[in-house]
Amino acid sequence: MLCQHCKKNEATTVVKTMINGKYTEYRLCSDCAHELGYDSMFPDFAADFGGLLSSFFSNALPAVSGATHCKSCGSTLNDIKRTGKVGCADCYDTFFSELLPTIRSVHGNTEHKGKCPDAVEYAVSEEQTEEKSDKIAQLKAQLKKAIESENFERAAQLRDEIKGLEG
Amino acid sequence: MSEAVVSTRIRLARNLKEYSFPVRLSADQAREIVDKVGQALRDCGIKFHRIDLGAIPDTIRVSMIERHLVSPDFINEQDGRAVFLSDDNTASIMVNEEDHIRLQVILDGFELTKAFTMADQLDNILSKKLNFAFHERLGYLTQCPTNLGTGMRASVMLHLPALQMSDAVNRIGANLSKLGLTMRGLYGESSKPAGAFFQLSNQVTLGISEKAAIDNLQNITTQLIAQEMRARENLLNKIEIQDQIHRALGVLKTARLMDHSEAMRLLSLVRLGVSAKLFETLSTDSIDKLTVEIQPASIMTRFGDDMSPRDRDIKRASILRERFA
Repeated sequence: MLCQHCKKNEATTVVKTMINGKYTEYRLCSDCAHELGYDSMFPDFAADFGGLLSSFFSNALPAVSGATHCKSCGSTLNDIKRTGKVGCADCYDTFFSELLPTIRSVHGNTEHKGKCPDAVEYAVSEEQTEEKSDKIAQLKAQLKKAIESENFERAAQLRDEIKGLEG
Repeated sequence: MSEAVVSTRIRLARNLKEYSFPVRLSADQAREIVDKVGQALRDCGIKFHRIDLGAIPDTIRVSMIERHLVSPDFINEQDGRAVFLSDDNTASIMVNEEDHIRLQVILDGFELTKAFTMADQLDNILSKKLNFAFHERLGYLTQCPTNLGTGMRASVMLHLPALQMSDAVNRIGANLSKLGLTMRGLYGESSKPAGAFFQLSNQVTLGISEKAAIDNLQNITTQLIAQEMRARENLLNKIEIQDQIHRALGVLKTARLMDHSEAMRLLSLVRLGVSAKLFETLSTDSIDKLTVEIQPASIMTRFGDDMSPRDRDIKRASILRERFA
């Protein structure tokens, strides 16, 4: 696809914007992306995290959790928006759905991989996790087939097996 | 490798589950946390010195930034903040900066794996005594969501004079963000590169394991060094560049007044000359030590708190003359 700005070069960058709840996607070539300031995802990022947070929130995303403040530390969503700082560990649960889009845009991901405080042998467990998710994907494919062929007994078996693996 | 990599740093961000993050912490709670970290470090086999920020003069606080032992943000406030330093200054633990715990290991040269192993072991020791805030999905919880996940920032300090002179650094810097890395000046966030010294570090901490992030940084750094070395070969053939390098050494040997930014610029040029074996008697290590020594607060902690900028410029010139004589 050609760049929507210069309409000459091949587009390599996708810019997604959400303005007043309206979602738009542009495809740009690297030159135009640079010119329009979209080549760096994190311009002075840490210094302006508060700004980023509030820009995300001001896009009128609905407050999904409905919580007004964190029961542990008293932070409101507004406090977090204003300072760019989360009040305490429990805030991440309290405002999970509100924070998640920002977290995703920062890291491109919302699932932790790596060390866990209880399991020091995490290098091994990471591989196991990958094996496990492969296995789950396989089972889910089998489950779909079983349902399609109306083999419900087998489907129930598979469902339980998947549940067990997902823990 | 050491020609282009000055030092390696690993930093881990951790918070205690039972306290609010520093932004909502009372001074009493902050002091409690400092004490708890101190106790957790007591029998760890490495000797740590506790330094309460409020109890030391400003020059020492700033000189700790200059030696990359603490961050510039850390000394903005002093109440309830402390740093634990290992005897050899390779390990430091900032308490109540942006997170309750910022554990850091800094080593000379390109030593990512070694530095990570040391930081990881220290983290294990603390983990046994302290209850870290951890979320099954988001990993280690941090005050700023940019550090969620591993809480790890791995960085290498690079000397890239040839890439800077050929203006390639900006282009490379812009491309690095696509690879999950970020390049900054010498003292981290929003600081300007002085003397062609840059910090390259991982940007993303969630969804990528410590090992994968380090492998990525290792890989890109290796490629960057190769580019720098190729650019150096071309540059060093030019008589104009050789002239600049030799003149730099001449000025360092003879100047009577030298401000910090001039010193960094000249040392950067001489370092380039040393790595190209133009000066057999000098080593990049000795230049790297000098770049630390000639910083304003480091001079003041050694030669007197009441030095004016002019006094420092005189002292700096004399240190450099002596060293290059």
